[in-house]
Amino acid sequence: MISLSHYLVFGAILFFIGVAGVLTRRNAIIILMSIELMMNAVNITLISFGHYLHNVTGQIFAIFVVAVAAGEAAVGLAIIIELFRGRQTLNVDEINIMKW
Amino acid sequence: MEIIFFYLFAGIATLSALMVITRKNVVHCALFLVLTFVCVAAIYVLLKAELLAAIQVLIYAGAIMVLFLFAILLINIDKTKEIRFSHRQSPLALVLAGMLFAQIAFIIYKAITVSPLGTLSPEKVSKIGNTEVIGSLLYTEFLFPFEVASVLLLAAMIGAIVLAKRHLK
Repeated sequence: MISLSHYLVFGAILFFIGVAGVLTRRNAIIILMSIELMMNAVNITLISFGHYLHNVTGQIFAIFVVAVAAGEAAVGLAIIIELFRGRQTLNVDEINIMKW
Repeated sequence: MEIIFFYLFAGIATLSALMVITRKNVVHCALFLVLTFVCVAAIYVLLKAELLAAIQVLIYAGAIMVLFLFAILLINIDKTKEIRFSHRQSPLALVLAGMLFAQIAFIIYKAITVSPLGTLSPEKVSKIGNTEVIGSLLYTEFLFPFEVASVLLLAAMIGAIVLAKRHLK
């Protein structure tokens, strides 16, 4: 019998793999991909709570999260393309012109 | 029986997510992310959220990842200059992520109390139909967030086009 804890721990595993990806990798596109992983983990948590609490609101919220993630991925990739045109690098450590 | 499928898809999704954050080639990372999304869609079907599973495959694996692959292939990066991991920051980041995950897992196993159950049990939803229930709620009770989401997508579309177009001299 799959309990709620199974799904929540799976969501937490995916979320923290995404966190490790954001904090560790230096390529801007892979950082965006890790953020998408985190959003998927949040969706799993929402839908599993909706399932075990007999409520459909979890799935509706997850639809909105998917819509926001789509918009954010589009704008984020446009920013990265523009950034690459200016600096010819995708390494986020080298984009430091605003540091003191 | 369901638990076999849960462990199978959860295991493949976890391994695939680990591949996403560790591979050197960015295209490999993108393809492993597609595999992760498809496995998560299978988990949604296990949770009896069929519309969300279809939306996940169509939008995440179908549109967003294609967008990522377009961006990766449009940017010709010099592969020899690329640094994979941040050597200063990686060990501390991994330790932090591990500690936070341990905290969350502890909370999940010890401290979850379930609030009173709502009205739409999975049996009732599967009798009416998952898409019908979501559709009826989305157009009556959640109409305002629905319209706001459409305005948000319009703004994102305009922003992405303005940012990424070529500037004609």
